[in-house]
Amino acid sequence: MTLNTSRRGFLKGAAAAGAVLLVGARPDGALAAASSDTTQFNPFVKIDADGTVTAIVKHFEKGQGPATGLPTLIAEEIGLTMDQIEYEFAPSNPQVYNNLLFGPFQGTGGSTAMANSWMQYRQAGAAAREMLINAAAQSWGVDASGITIEEGIVTAGDKSAPIAEFVAAASQLEAPAEPRLKDPSEFRLIGNETVRRKDSAIKGNGQAMYAMDVHLPNQMVAMIKRPESKGGIANSFDDSASKEVKGYISAAVLPNQAGVAVYAENTWAAIQARDALEVDWDMAGSETRDSDQIKAEIMAALDAEATYNVNKADVAAVSAAIDGADTVVEKTFYFPLLAHAPMEPLNCTIEQTAEGDIVLHDGAQMPTGPHMAYQQIFQLPPEKIHIKTMLAGGSFGRRATPDADYQVEAALAFVVTDRSRPVKLVWTREDDIRSGYYRPAFGHRVRVGLDADGKIVGWQHQVAGQSVIKGTPFEAVAVHDGVDHSSVEGIADSPYDIPGMALGLTDTPKATTVLWWRSVGHTHTGYVMETMMDTVAEAAGRDPVEFRLSHLADTNNADQQRKAEVLKLAVEKAGWGNATAGRAQGIAVHKSFGSYAAQVVEVSGDPENGIKIEKVTCAVDCGIAVNPDVVRAQMEGGIGYGIGHVMRDQITLTQGAVDQYNFPDYEPLRIGDIAEIDVHIVPSAEAPTGVGEPGTPPSAPALANAIRALSGVKVTTLPMVENGVSFV
Amino acid sequence: MALTLKLNGETHTVDAEPGTPLLWVIRDELKLTGTKFGCGVASCGACTVHLNGEPVRSCQTYFEDVEDAEITTIEAVGDDKIGAAVQQAWVELDVVQCGYCQSGQIMSAVGLLSENSTPSIEEIDDYMHGNACRCATYQRIRAGIQRASEILEA
Repeated sequence: MTLNTSRRGFLKGAAAAGAVLLVGARPDGALAAASSDTTQFNPFVKIDADGTVTAIVKHFEKGQGPATGLPTLIAEEIGLTMDQIEYEFAPSNPQVYNNLLFGPFQGTGGSTAMANSWMQYRQAGAAAREMLINAAAQSWGVDASGITIEEGIVTAGDKSAPIAEFVAAASQLEAPAEPRLKDPSEFRLIGNETVRRKDSAIKGNGQAMYAMDVHLPNQMVAMIKRPESKGGIANSFDDSASKEVKGYISAAVLPNQAGVAVYAENTWAAIQARDALEVDWDMAGSETRDSDQIKAEIMAALDAEATYNVNKADVAAVSAAIDGADTVVEKTFYFPLLAHAPMEPLNCTIEQTAEGDIVLHDGAQMPTGPHMAYQQIFQLPPEKIHIKTMLAGGSFGRRATPDADYQVEAALAFVVTDRSRPVKLVWTREDDIRSGYYRPAFGHRVRVGLDADGKIVGWQHQVAGQSVIKGTPFEAVAVHDGVDHSSVEGIADSPYDIPGMALGLTDTPKATTVLWWRSVGHTHTGYVMETMMDTVAEAAGRDPVEFRLSHLADTNNADQQRKAEVLKLAVEKAGWGNATAGRAQGIAVHKSFGSYAAQVVEVSGDPENGIKIEKVTCAVDCGIAVNPDVVRAQMEGGIGYGIGHVMRDQITLTQGAVDQYNFPDYEPLRIGDIAEIDVHIVPSAEAPTGVGEPGTPPSAPALANAIRALSGVKVTTLPMVENGVSFV
Repeated sequence: MALTLKLNGETHTVDAEPGTPLLWVIRDELKLTGTKFGCGVASCGACTVHLNGEPVRSCQTYFEDVEDAEITTIEAVGDDKIGAAVQQAWVELDVVQCGYCQSGQIMSAVGLLSENSTPSIEEIDDYMHGNACRCATYQRIRAGIQRASEILEA
């Protein structure tokens, strides 16, 4: 395997091929271009002397599509076919490859990959196009305004040539400050149904390289023996039984004593040697609570006054209005801990070069996290640390730990060796399920008052759970006046016009390590808002669709109108109200990550003998759908992820130790669980917004509403199988 | 112990401990990384390979038990017309997302089409039940198998 991770190495490789045109941005954001002789430039697009165009993709690919979407933006603006552009993942550089919505931090999350790259990558492509055209104008002695580039061919009147002809000349020009972007009416690739994923073939023939597939010469495989419950400290170990395992090398207590690293010649030897290792643990400071106790703490927090009055409501007045209402609906909800369980267990490989640089091979979701942590661990300046981003086998948030948990673990396992051999850290599925970071458990209590006309007069909503963001570097941007927005997103910023809303939040004590999980707070807030809308509509004697639309009625409010339109589209496409005999439908609509998604779930059967999920119809408004088929795929996946977990999954703790081990007791959604998914995209001229997460929030409440419509059973404690609903 | 394995039409001499899962021989010794480690307990199907044309979970198959078998992995399944049809269908329909489970999905899909050239949705769901996809690409897996069936019938 070649190690071409550094900027210098990358450019050396580029320079060898002759003149190269590089277009990107300076750290201040201004467009800039360079030829191959510079060593101070990181591009978004690279055009080799032979005309090969490469998009430098700053977001990692976990299936959500940036390795197709970002090259599409550049190919669109230059005037290429999708076969004329390649991609490679950007090196770690938080000044140039930062997520524009994260500040000086490179990372993928919050469904922002396309939203923050949309203008940046189009501008880079447009600048390259203008430079190629200007070079052609000089060469041909014609006016630039008469030159076009289509399918990689530069044309002016009867003259034409491939872009390769002009790469050398273009590389000597200054980048235009404000290149002209294509008008949407000129788009040929953006929004085109025929553009296919660029990573399909390699993912179907075994050639795709994930971090798990890295095999460096002379590498050791390391596995970590961790305590049964979080917070245990490794004092010492006995590896006499491990020594019986052929391929076992050694073991070492990690410098932070969080575990013992076991080193072996191969993965199977590491698994066996770790199983055989005896560790003396100090469990005095470890977590000892049961999940029932954590649930009781959350419920107690719902009974008490909330710590934070999120929307600065007059709580006493809202409460009084509800007390005096004609009808009061009150529900209490509980959401358990959930694991992410990406298909590729966590892993990464670390090595030291002859020059003393550190190279990390990783399905790196947030390269800046390990990059910063490694400066401290290895006492190296940032330019001596390199991150090679590999394909990632899913994440759902798990690879984006603000404290770079598994990359730091790998570094600690490496730093205690003599560093002569690369170390590949591998987690097993059991490590993933038992030692992971989890969607925090949350509780909600909602009290809604209705007047005699079925109108809401007060909505008192209390939320309690463990904050995901507090204590992380993201606290400054996502926590305001003590409120972790991710705990109440989807309620606090709901487009619904709800009179008399009072929203309270209480942070509950740290129960385990928690983390954003596909759609973050919306995983529980969407469920509560949308099952409550149904329950309240029922109490008011109103149709659930009409009831929702009546709270999205402001024609001057674009947010409400987009949410209303997506709801109407789902209603139309699902044949709302016309379910097949013996079936029932449920609906939900939710805004998250800038996008709007509405879903109708149709079910048959009964809760006791088994509910069958017959069909999910989804409508989504995500602004311009850069790749409609990728958008549909993300909705299909987001629905499956949301429904799969509420059906039957939870993480529970006994004396602080996770009770589940592997897929047999954390059962993934299976192929037969959802019979059909039908996705429709609202045409839009708005800038693209998220698609990776917005499909998830409405899926579970739409299912819950369908089950209620079918059977009257209202599931307020998840997962459903533990609370009166089985599935077939 | 040293054994001779027949894998993807080639003969390999492998030295490993008895009881080593075939998965780790394929990945760590033969360096064929298309076959994936997902759970290690035959619960996800990411490690599926063919033994004499039949799908098996390589994480639960000891390497010393397959000395006489013809082993096929994702890297060579496309040499066969059914494998090629499934791979073609997977690309046509962009079945993959993260892709990590898809080697196993394709190996199982080829196994299904080898014994049933025109499977119904129910037969697909039944046969593919053990292949988990956390990205939930299941609808496209179904469509991909039916498209491969069409390609083969044509």
